Amino acid sequence: MLELSGISAGYGHFTALWDVALRVSAGEAVAVVGPNGAGKTTLLRVISGVIAPRTGSLTFEGAALTGRPAHEIVAHGIAHVPEGRRLFPGLTVADNLKMGAFLPSARKHFAESVERVYTLFPVLKERRTQRAGSLSGGEQQMLAIGRALMSRPKLILLDEPSMGLAPVMVLRLFDLIRRVRAEGYTILVVEQNVRQVLKLVDRAYLLEVGRIRMEGRADELAEQDFVRKAYVGL
Amino acid sequence: MSGLFDLVVNNPLLLAEAALNGLLLGGVLALLALGLNLIFGVLDIVWIVYVDLAMLCMYLIYFTVQVYHWPLLAGAAAGIALGVVLGVAVHLLIITPILGSPPVNQLLATGGLLFFIQSLATFLWTTDHRSVRLTLPTIEVAGMFVSFARLIAFGLATGGLLFFIQSLATFLWTTDHRSVRLTLPTIEVAGMFVSFARLIAFGLAVLVMVGLYLFLTRTYIGTAIRAVSQDRGAMSLMGASPQRIYTVTSAVGGALAGVAAALLIIQYSVHPYFGAAFGPITFMICVLGGLGNMFGAFVASFIMSEIISIGGVAWSTEMGYVIAFALFIVLMFIRPGGIFAKRQ
Repeated sequence: MLELSGISAGYGHFTALWDVALRVSAGEAVAVVGPNGAGKTTLLRVISGVIAPRTGSLTFEGAALTGRPAHEIVAHGIAHVPEGRRLFPGLTVADNLKMGAFLPSARKHFAESVERVYTLFPVLKERRTQRAGSLSGGEQQMLAIGRALMSRPKLILLDEPSMGLAPVMVLRLFDLIRRVRAEGYTILVVEQNVRQVLKLVDRAYLLEVGRIRMEGRADELAEQDFVRKAYVGL
Repeated sequence: MSGLFDLVVNNPLLLAEAALNGLLLGGVLALLALGLNLIFGVLDIVWIVYVDLAMLCMYLIYFTVQVYHWPLLAGAAAGIALGVVLGVAVHLLIITPILGSPPVNQLLATGGLLFFIQSLATFLWTTDHRSVRLTLPTIEVAGMFVSFARLIAFGLATGGLLFFIQSLATFLWTTDHRSVRLTLPTIEVAGMFVSFARLIAFGLAVLVMVGLYLFLTRTYIGTAIRAVSQDRGAMSLMGASPQRIYTVTSAVGGALAGVAAALLIIQYSVHPYFGAAFGPITFMICVLGGLGNMFGAFVASFIMSEIISIGGVAWSTEMGYVIAFALFIVLMFIRPGGIFAKRQ
């Protein structure tokens, strides 16, 4: 479904990704784990078109999307839930969801999509007239995911969904992501919370200082010694 | 405060009349302030040139109506269309190439355009003042009349420049009448009149603002314009091309300048330095209401217009402006983020 090869990217003189190859098949949940500054966020930004890669190629369902701007890539069915959620804090919950359905193809199905999101996250329906900025951290993350679903994507990119959440909320959030997955969405998630995320996904990549160090099935990766030491804290 | 005290005690009707005139003026000022604020909210650039774009629209309406004898509505439509074209042109030709530059460069670029437009207008149309004043009957409102002489003084008060008043007065009553077909209604010295043109302008300004509100809250693109003003980057992740939103915003802002032009030209004369008369007050209103805050700009328009209008009657036209600017400075110390900003 999604295929990256030879991707390198960065900002100014700084190179954040070196020769990265990554693949996500339809229906899969895949994680990219690694320490702070490994280039995880940059990787998702390249995929969603926020930054253009310097080299390499990016294809999605057979379409070459390398270097296409973000608003075109959304139209191909990739929704990006960015780091820090990036909600529109002054807009209501309902208006944030409406913006998620900005694409003409998504507008046609607005009523149906919004019902689906409200079924997944009933608290958003209760709070639909509230400003997004007034929601709790967990609710904001639900809204960010719900907003991404409104574009009717095939692949969802999640950047550090557990960041800034209380431990109890982190567990709940991973349950919710499981439910989103059960709806049939393909997921590529970036997380520092390695222990939790490896329970959620099928496969994972380990990214360190801009390079893929390891890849494999989630359960196998969790058993790797240095993964356990470095990120699971055993 | 003796002037105001005197007004309240001895001439409450005059005070009421000044307040009414302030309200009517506020409507049109609000239109300009909302347009400027809308563009600032989305693009983070203050179009210093904004009121000068309205000035160009006023010239177009003036020429179509007075020289080519179009109906006023057709002239107004042409003015609004020109506003849209100018808004898009400024965005694509001036703003787009410098979107990534430091803010001060962007400010200077629109400032440079302002001088260019002023000079061009002076070159093309000379410094004659031209207007399309409606020769409608003056009316009486709730026992209040507004004297026409005072009405003109109010209009000019918004300019706030003494030399401008003098030159316009000279122009209107003594010298060159060829550029303006102005029929002054009979002036009733004892009574007061409300200008019908000003009432119409106010009513239409309110109508357009309601339309703007519905556009910004009910439509996808309008909501996207508000969304972009809160997070520029996130909107492209929703599938909206930033360039498209910027262009639509500039077009809407230009259209508002066009509408304001149509409402101004029936009350005021247009001349190449019209922007210098209305530009600073428009910008001040935006800052007072909180740059980018549409509701704040709306309220601030009426605060400013009332101060200018009542101050103008209580003391003098210039004093009204002095008070408005002084209050502005004081408020900026108390609430640097505008009157509706949350305290830090």
